[in-house]
Amino acid sequence: MNKLRTGAFHTGMILLSLLWLGPVLWVVVMSTRSFDDIAAHGVGSLPRSFTLDTYRQAWTDGGELRALINSMLVTVPSVALSLGLAAMAAFALSRFRIPGRRTILLLMLAGNLLPPQILLIPVAKFSELTGLYDTLWALIAVQVGFGLGFYTFVLHGFMRDLPGEIQEAATIDGAGTAQIFTKVMLPLTRPALAALGALSFTWIFNDLLWAITVLRTDDNMPVTPALLALQGQFVSSWNVIAAGTVIAAVPTVAVFLRFQRHFVSGLALGAVK
Amino acid sequence: MAFVLVPFAVESVWVFWPAIQGFWFSLTRWDGMTPPTFVGTDNYLELAGDATFRGALVNTVIWLVLFGGLSVLGGFGMALVLQKERRGVGFYRAALFTPVVFSLVVTALVWRVFYQPDGIADTLLRAVGLEQLIRPWLADPQTALYAVILPALWRQIGYVMVLFLAGLKAIDPALHEAARMDGANSWQRLWHVTIPQMKGVNAVVLSVIVIDSLRSFDIVWSLTKGGPYHSSELLSTYMYSTAFQSLRLGYASAIAVVIFVLALAVILGYLVRAFREEAS
Repeated sequence: MNKLRTGAFHTGMILLSLLWLGPVLWVVVMSTRSFDDIAAHGVGSLPRSFTLDTYRQAWTDGGELRALINSMLVTVPSVALSLGLAAMAAFALSRFRIPGRRTILLLMLAGNLLPPQILLIPVAKFSELTGLYDTLWALIAVQVGFGLGFYTFVLHGFMRDLPGEIQEAATIDGAGTAQIFTKVMLPLTRPALAALGALSFTWIFNDLLWAITVLRTDDNMPVTPALLALQGQFVSSWNVIAAGTVIAAVPTVAVFLRFQRHFVSGLALGAVK
Repeated sequence: MAFVLVPFAVESVWVFWPAIQGFWFSLTRWDGMTPPTFVGTDNYLELAGDATFRGALVNTVIWLVLFGGLSVLGGFGMALVLQKERRGVGFYRAALFTPVVFSLVVTALVWRVFYQPDGIADTLLRAVGLEQLIRPWLADPQTALYAVILPALWRQIGYVMVLFLAGLKAIDPALHEAARMDGANSWQRLWHVTIPQMKGVNAVVLSVIVIDSLRSFDIVWSLTKGGPYHSSELLSTYMYSTAFQSLRLGYASAIAVVIFVLALAVILGYLVRAFREEAS
């Protein structure tokens, strides 16, 4: 009976996993098929050819290289800036008796929970006004501003739970506020920062809505909108589109694999707080 | 204290101030070139008679119920099945979680292959002799919305599962032990021990799901852009196309305000809970 149950469990779960991984594998396989193969047998058939030329096409002709660079130029500074600023705010709010600190914290969180739709038009207009429209700066700025609330909230919860004696000891040793922040608090907050870093990397990298709101020129687009453009450019070349899809997915998968533990604990961190 | 002022100022410039402007714009007629003209509640009155808006509202509710409800059920179910450490569980969890790291655009393209004429869906249907069901899944107004919900669910279930797994882990095993001693079967334990113990996580998941549903844009935009004939239009996609394609910025702001009001109820619930927790 017990054996039967284990068998049923594994059979069921393997089928489910296949349902989840199958479509992904299908796209990876499809990215290595030749155009003629797909044209002759359809996207639903098993592969009868192998080529890596699709990657070259997506990479250079499709502009994925340019798009990946843009994505990195936006994502890396955005993650660093928003976590840095959020850590500062969380430090001040959790360690000092600032009047109205709870209201400030919740207000910042509420800002992150706003539906972005209400912000789209004003943000687009504001970036036009400041001359940032259609530059990567605008995208960085809005990603930082919009993400701050949530990161501050999570980091605040984390810092609050650190023992207060550490800070007192550092003060007695003559450390200033800035020193306590950089030399004591930041190192202690590292697990939470790593978790949020991995999460925010994928969020910002995967974003589509803000990118198409504050950017216009194709050359400035990060990977997500570029992938949609690729689809228009190579209408029925499913193999090239598949290769482009794989390229667009690789960075976040890499970050996930590298920071797997942090990643999942980051999601959990948000949930338990 | 500069430590809190700088981040707060950044958020004010890019979030709070735009949000306030958003409300003001919803009371104007504006094409983005000439200055906005104040029209009072005209935009809202027009919304009331706009069939596309009503369709998008209904679709958003369907989305909320199907996408939200099924991802909670699926995620919770998977978390229950996969909570015990045993051989293979790590792999299964990872498999279900994989799509979470993809962008919704990547997800959309993966599923586009699935729905393509002669794609995987059609091949599978043919294999089991149901070819009469075959249709252009994304181009048929009757199926487009559901064909978009499915990929969204596929990606969301793993995410919700992880949230629930964290919650399940936090339950004291002694509670289950005690219930078992008292002769409770596994269903009773699920209803009377597990679910009440997960209240905190449930509230978070609920807020996340409602907010995610109202925000859902990427997946629809990459698969159908809300079409055909607005059949898969959500409030978020309708707002975007009204603003940046029809350039009716005032009217689009009014739609955004409606989305905001819908989200507000949830956010308020969230904040009330946070306040209460702080207090206790």
